[in-house]
Amino acid sequence: MLNNNFLNSFQLDILKEIGNIGAGNAATALSGLLNKKIEMNVPSVQVVSFEEMMELVGGADMVVAAVFLQIDGDLTGNMFFLLPIKQATIFIQQLTGMSDFSFDEPSVPELALSAFQEMGNILAGSYLSALSDFLQMHIVPSVPAVGIDMFGAIISYGLIEISQVSDFAIVIDTEIKDPDTMNESDLYKGHFFLLPDPDSFVKLFTKLGVDME
Amino acid sequence: MIQESIVIKVGIADMKIVTAPNTIRTSGLGSCVGVVLYDLQKKIAGLAHIMLPDSSLARGETIHKAKYADTAVECLIQLLEKEGVNKKQLKAKIAGGAEMFKFMTKTDIMRIGPRNVDAVKQELKRFSIPLVAEDVGGSSGRTIEFSPESGKLMVRTVNQSSKEI
Repeated sequence: MLNNNFLNSFQLDILKEIGNIGAGNAATALSGLLNKKIEMNVPSVQVVSFEEMMELVGGADMVVAAVFLQIDGDLTGNMFFLLPIKQATIFIQQLTGMSDFSFDEPSVPELALSAFQEMGNILAGSYLSALSDFLQMHIVPSVPAVGIDMFGAIISYGLIEISQVSDFAIVIDTEIKDPDTMNESDLYKGHFFLLPDPDSFVKLFTKLGVDME
Repeated sequence: MIQESIVIKVGIADMKIVTAPNTIRTSGLGSCVGVVLYDLQKKIAGLAHIMLPDSSLARGETIHKAKYADTAVECLIQLLEKEGVNKKQLKAKIAGGAEMFKFMTKTDIMRIGPRNVDAVKQELKRFSIPLVAEDVGGSSGRTIEFSPESGKLMVRTVNQSSKEI
């Protein structure tokens, strides 16, 4: 079953490359949407306990703007595009030209929410279509759902399927940064999280001809 | 004597015990449910952060008890009994079980919040523990903190001010 020793370094590298291809494509799409430079970190692939998962963005309490999609088809799992609310506010202000709202206020304008949802949809779509091309696998994303809430409350939806099998999740995490905010704090880093279902790793490695031993 | 009180943190799929003047907290409950069992006279409480309603959903080899409603409540009672608590003195407060992403109805998974709440209530009934207060459902994440001294459960959400139940 899944545990800390589940992945060898070769398999880890493959998953990193998957994150790289997907998020690279998505970061390019984001850059195009906002007409500005976007920086991306080398993806990290981690086998984490659910509690460690909460620390990936700065704790279960951290308020984030999230787009959440379920993945179906040859691969199944969950995909999240997350922005801390400060950064989400900056991006959506730039995208819509509306400057008088913030995602940390109780009433967010419908337009800002739907702009964020569409942004997440485009980005997750580019991530997954790049994956689908690379893997030659059929990947079908669900309609995206938007949530502005505590990270723990949001990400736990991505853990439900996994938690029935395991107490660990393999998460492919790619960080993106807005060079304008030039801030290393967690309050400005965006994340793409890909959380494949446990069965999907076998399918994925088999497809790529990687030995599962 | 002045005693510093500390906050005991309970992670996802985890459970712990606390005695006054300390308090116990769990953060970011979405579809998960936080179950507090407490004895006001002894000023002791236990908190479990459960993820799933039923351990029969488990497909792994070992069952992690704090993860499932049906195993967590029982295990929490046992932990409290080890501390000398009489099961008959226990009361319960619960919070969580939201439906954060309502319009996705592809699978039962999206209804996991209400199912978790139902399962916890079922278990409380099974052990005849009175449910004194609840703050469940809705579409917001919650962070909760319980004081075994006062028996109050503080519930905080992102967009509303905190409340005590």
